[in-house]
Amino acid sequence: MSKDYEFIDHSYDVIVVGAGGSGLRATLGLAEQGLTTACITKVFPTRSHTVAAQGGISAALGNMGEDDWRWHMYDTVKGSDWLGDQDAIEYMCKEAPASVVELEHYGVPFSRTEDGRIYQRPFGGMTTHFGEGTAQRTCAAADRTGHAMLHTLYQQSLKRDAKFFVEYFVIDLIIEEGGCRGVVALDLAEGRLHRFRSHIVILATGGYGRAYFSCTSAHICTGDGNAMAQRAGFPLQDLEFVQFHPTGIYGAGMLITEGSRGEGGYLTNSSEERFMERYAPNAKDLASRDVVSRSITIEIREGRGVGVDKDHVHLHLEHLGTDVIEERLPGIAETAKIFAGVDITKDPIPVLPTVHYNMGGVPTNYYGEVVSSDNVGDEYVVPGLMAVGEAACVSVHGANRLGSNSLIDLVVFGRAAAIRCGELISSGDKFAPFGKNAGQMAVERVDRLRHARGGSSTAKLRLEMQRVMQNHAAVFRTGESLQKGIDLLEPIFNAFSDVSVADRSLIWNTDLIETFELENLLLQAMGTIKSAAYRTESRGAQAREDYPERDDTNWMKHTLVWVNEDGEARFGNREVRMNTLTDDVETIPPKARTY
Amino acid sequence: MAQFRLPANSKIKPGKNYPADNNVTNIRKFSVYRYDPDLTSNPTLDTYDVDMDTCGPMVLDALIKIKNEIDPTLTFRRSCREGICGSCAMNIDGVNTLACLKSAEKVGGVVKIYPLPHMPVVKDLVPDLTHFYAQYASVKPWLEANTPPPSDQERLQSKEDQEQINNPSACILCACCSTACPSYWWNSDRFLGPAALLQAYRWIVDSRDESTDERLDSLEDSFKLYRCHTILNCTQACPKDLNPAKAISEIKKLIARRDH
Repeated sequence: MSKDYEFIDHSYDVIVVGAGGSGLRATLGLAEQGLTTACITKVFPTRSHTVAAQGGISAALGNMGEDDWRWHMYDTVKGSDWLGDQDAIEYMCKEAPASVVELEHYGVPFSRTEDGRIYQRPFGGMTTHFGEGTAQRTCAAADRTGHAMLHTLYQQSLKRDAKFFVEYFVIDLIIEEGGCRGVVALDLAEGRLHRFRSHIVILATGGYGRAYFSCTSAHICTGDGNAMAQRAGFPLQDLEFVQFHPTGIYGAGMLITEGSRGEGGYLTNSSEERFMERYAPNAKDLASRDVVSRSITIEIREGRGVGVDKDHVHLHLEHLGTDVIEERLPGIAETAKIFAGVDITKDPIPVLPTVHYNMGGVPTNYYGEVVSSDNVGDEYVVPGLMAVGEAACVSVHGANRLGSNSLIDLVVFGRAAAIRCGELISSGDKFAPFGKNAGQMAVERVDRLRHARGGSSTAKLRLEMQRVMQNHAAVFRTGESLQKGIDLLEPIFNAFSDVSVADRSLIWNTDLIETFELENLLLQAMGTIKSAAYRTESRGAQAREDYPERDDTNWMKHTLVWVNEDGEARFGNREVRMNTLTDDVETIPPKARTY
Repeated sequence: MAQFRLPANSKIKPGKNYPADNNVTNIRKFSVYRYDPDLTSNPTLDTYDVDMDTCGPMVLDALIKIKNEIDPTLTFRRSCREGICGSCAMNIDGVNTLACLKSAEKVGGVVKIYPLPHMPVVKDLVPDLTHFYAQYASVKPWLEANTPPPSDQERLQSKEDQEQINNPSACILCACCSTACPSYWWNSDRFLGPAALLQAYRWIVDSRDESTDERLDSLEDSFKLYRCHTILNCTQACPKDLNPAKAISEIKKLIARRDH
């Protein structure tokens, strides 16, 4: 090994990769239990993408009207189009109120009701009495709830003196004898490679929105942990389910929170018709996100879009009045002004469905332990590896996530993972020595890509991939469009072996980092589009025009996909867990999903 | 102690020019500070011609376009591109701000881009923020309360009390304010600077926090707090329209009242 790449070695009981909401919550829980923990993050914690979450965090607190976690569970199962695992959903919805109260106790600056409780707003798909009424379940800190939560979790981590490795990019997992033993990371500031040994690695690396051309996701959302799991030979689950948020700003892609519709905003088409009333007579503009995104797409397709090219719709907030906007949606007012040039107290915002969230990810049980499937299809828990947050597919979101269920997912399962670690290991447990070649695979990747002198720049390949995904794995899909997309993506995937990196340095080499990220994105793009072609039904966010119906007989199961280094995909399945965790609630049987 | 002149090896030399193709008509020039830690040479100012017909409106769009299409070695932090993560703070046209929120159109002439001032530069537009973060941590930016919270519900807080912390807690730790403050340039080793002080204030005025006295004690220091000379650059620089200067003066008032 050249001197450039000598490892600096570390040992911690647990390594958390990523410092967004779930990574920080896990880190915090581990520190509380006295386990030595290192949280490794490619950006300073408060710059993680959780910071951009706006509308709120769901929990049946009942502060602003009657509520029950069972109703929350019903909504989540229905929202998932019955692909969510009901044991995990029960766990999440039942733990949600205590988790939000805990956040308040940590100091989150929640907005308040007149009687001083946490303010809650209506959100898409959130109902009372199993679909009857509208629930006010989404706890909010104005329209920057993610910011409030992420900063508070980081502050609590500081209080507990948790150990962070900031601006370290994790290259790969270290896998020995089928289990995860640690990670290799590149320190951006020093340009040195670090090898971390641990009993457990928790992936909290978020989603991969940047596989698409237009997304609400930050530039850092490249799903690095998903790709690490793939390279280590573990499957990803349900990648075909990509959530398009109904209201990204037209052209620029920035998110306009669903909370804006929760506060009373509504969508119109070119004849200023509130068209959601036709598609979802009961929930209207607060139908589930997949439903609203499809409705907008149909309006545009049928010539009822607004603007010169009739290619978007309008979101109206002007009727809410300046007071509500200033108190509840100040960030939206600012974002719309800066990026769309719109004064929302006077004019509607031009919006378009925009890639927002990955329901799929690393399959786990409800403790956060990663599960895989062996050669004969038997499920097993991968030793030493866990996943939480958007990177994980627990699966509580199934085929479609409800708005404000992501933030609650982060804290509930971040906490659950920390608790599970406490059950599995004790501080002071001895570390087995690494094998001779531990981490060599990562070193080889670093060296190969740093000196890559091929014919295509990282940015060029990335743009080509993003365009293919945008055009061929969109809101509506057909077998034909997906196959065309696969045919176009394969040469881009293969061209990565001919990538060129211009920056040869090791200190803050973002050209190199973006190239690692591109390699990660390509694996997930391929897994996504091939999984979409594989699933011949429509369910949640997967809308196949050639298979318009949900097919519970053949497809009420999770997709597992393994994408190899040549871009070839192998598929498997996992049963959807229909049984609830306890007798506190009955299984919610599948039925037609209307809003 | 601050130096009056830049050390010889920090003086900025003219750098490379990257002219646009002849057929590009809507050209905007971006002059960007470049520093490569692997070289012994001085930092330079490289100038890139950017085709604004194929570029987004914000300075960050232009930087990304330069990195993607002209010079992949250009190094800067960025993430959310919507003004909430605080990554792309830099000095543009002489003002500290977020590149993602700064419209290139609003800048006259050549768009000049430097790292946040008076910070150690790691590479190009990436400053070392280690000390800035340590100062933030030093104000104990977390809830301190001896009274246990109710076991199964939130602490109550009135809307008026929440209003006190609503704005101060919206800080994104971009460091635009602190690095715009001449007093911070001079004494950043001991003066906490507006960002950390705004966060100190955020917890002082939080009705749920019970360590106000300890917080004020720890700030009552001729450097930590009183190196603020109400220059107000901080408030002017804040890309989130927060008011750290007011927070600092409120802290001073609280200490003054308490001591009398």
